[in-house]
Amino acid sequence: MPRHDAQGVLAHRVAGARCALVALLLIAPSIALAAKLPDSVKTTDPLRSPAWDAMVARHLDGGPVEFDERVQVTVPPTAEDALAVPVEVRVDDTLTGVEELRLIADLNPIPLILSYRPTRADPFISFRFKVEQSTPVRAAARTKDGVWHVGGAWLSAAGGGCTAPSHGTGEGMWRDQLNQVSGGLWARGEDRSRLKLRVMHPMDTGLAAGIPVFHIESLRVLDAKGQELALIKTYEPLSENPVLSFELKHRGPVRIEGRDIQGNLIQARVGP
Amino acid sequence: MRVWRPIVAACCGLGIAGAALAAATFDYGLKAKEIAEGVHLFEGRMEHFTRENGGNIVNTGYLETSAGAVVIDTGPSRRYGEQMRAAIEKQTGKGIAQVFVTHAHPDHFLGDQAFASDTLSALPATRAAIQTGGDDLAANLYRMVGGWMEGTEAVAPAHDAKPGPIVIGGRALRLLALAGHTGADLAVYDEKTRTLFAGDLVFFQRAPTTPNADIGQWLSALDQLEKIDFAVLVPGHGPVVKDKTAIAQTRAYLRWLRTALQGAARQGLDPTEAMQIQVPAEFAKLAVLQEEFQRSVVHLYPAMELETLKKAPH
Repeated sequence: MPRHDAQGVLAHRVAGARCALVALLLIAPSIALAAKLPDSVKTTDPLRSPAWDAMVARHLDGGPVEFDERVQVTVPPTAEDALAVPVEVRVDDTLTGVEELRLIADLNPIPLILSYRPTRADPFISFRFKVEQSTPVRAAARTKDGVWHVGGAWLSAAGGGCTAPSHGTGEGMWRDQLNQVSGGLWARGEDRSRLKLRVMHPMDTGLAAGIPVFHIESLRVLDAKGQELALIKTYEPLSENPVLSFELKHRGPVRIEGRDIQGNLIQARVGP
Repeated sequence: MRVWRPIVAACCGLGIAGAALAAATFDYGLKAKEIAEGVHLFEGRMEHFTRENGGNIVNTGYLETSAGAVVIDTGPSRRYGEQMRAAIEKQTGKGIAQVFVTHAHPDHFLGDQAFASDTLSALPATRAAIQTGGDDLAANLYRMVGGWMEGTEAVAPAHDAKPGPIVIGGRALRLLALAGHTGADLAVYDEKTRTLFAGDLVFFQRAPTTPNADIGQWLSALDQLEKIDFAVLVPGHGPVVKDKTAIAQTRAYLRWLRTALQGAARQGLDPTEAMQIQVPAEFAKLAVLQEEFQRSVVHLYPAMELETLKKAPH
């Protein structure tokens, strides 16, 4: 369970400094070459991803970006099921004012998994996604000042999850159940609830031969008065029949409103 | 610290070179051990698949008969199957009369290529599972163990194994058609020595694997195995035992696994949270425990979670 904690990041930086010293002693010519490189992603990205600069430009509005150990991504060390890798994102209490979370798998053919606005909810989300190959999994938390605070973990995967047809589309069964919702609400502390949702949807990526892209576009969680508790926008990599969890600053029943990219509506009520 | 780093690096380099040399010959070093009269075991390591062990983490074996050997499972690769067959033929001076594949997991059937196709049999659902999913399982094992797998392709056994008594070359056996570890699990019992090859229905001192498991069915299968009057039990993974401790251990772990995960699901926990559950001390000595427990969460938890969710109509 790689968890990107404060100690891990610190250890990484110290190890990096030691490696540089050893390299200087042993292989001076190559360090001289390395010194010519700009202070780029390779030295700043703790996960050393080749695609990170592109991720910032395409999916994080060009930054500014800070690697922040308070944004914690938990994934299993290896993807046992490439079609449904469980991911959990938590943000430490000391990082306040998080307005949006974006989830990105750098090396997936479609990197952006979802964006989440925890309107009256904790900056926490849990979901499953499809992975095509081993990749960093990132959570970027945007605070009020516009800075993206980024945490992440490497996921090892045999892959193939993005280019496989969904079970539902393969079997033609989904039409009867499309956009049906199941849910559960659990009390958490005095004033919070865990909401877990499952929405029936093939979530086709468009990358499997002959099957066009078809996925859920958005889900809103509302209280009984119709006030927004949370808003999630979802993209192709989210798993088929996605299961999502939220931590709401709310007790009592909730309403779900959403749609997929063909305009089919998703509507549900979940009680405790 | 700085001073030692290059030395550590040099030692690591030598270690890797040594491992690469051993692996380059791709010799599993298979040596059969006679565990009862005319009953032989190739014991696998209690590890996960690695490039060092080449997938040799499984127990396979054979029984001597006047018509040739009866082989139980063929191992993780073509090379394993070939080396196993050569070892058996050398040891017995006879050919292979019959091969039983216990179930459709890659470490148990990917050596099938080494054996004549008309000698191979398995339960019908095992044959079907190898036919449909065997190539994917082989591809995944390639990724984990590398060159050991060269030339390996999935071969589904040509014949159905039929439950009940069967005599091969004068040796009386009993085949048991069970399920739970996978959709079809074959156990083989030798009447003369009262040896039970339990396949992966029984693990011992190693955490059970659950990618295709039905825990309820598996527990009933263990009840049936426990009724058999065996003197020696060969688990799919782990050391041979002469009593029921391996059955009891497998049962206790599966019961705990089911109860713990159902409890987590009822509290609304997510899979990543369920993976953090502390495994009880009684299982701490099982090999590859944490890895297998985390894999089991991925296998078993989604269905348990769905049982806690209610339909939420508009």
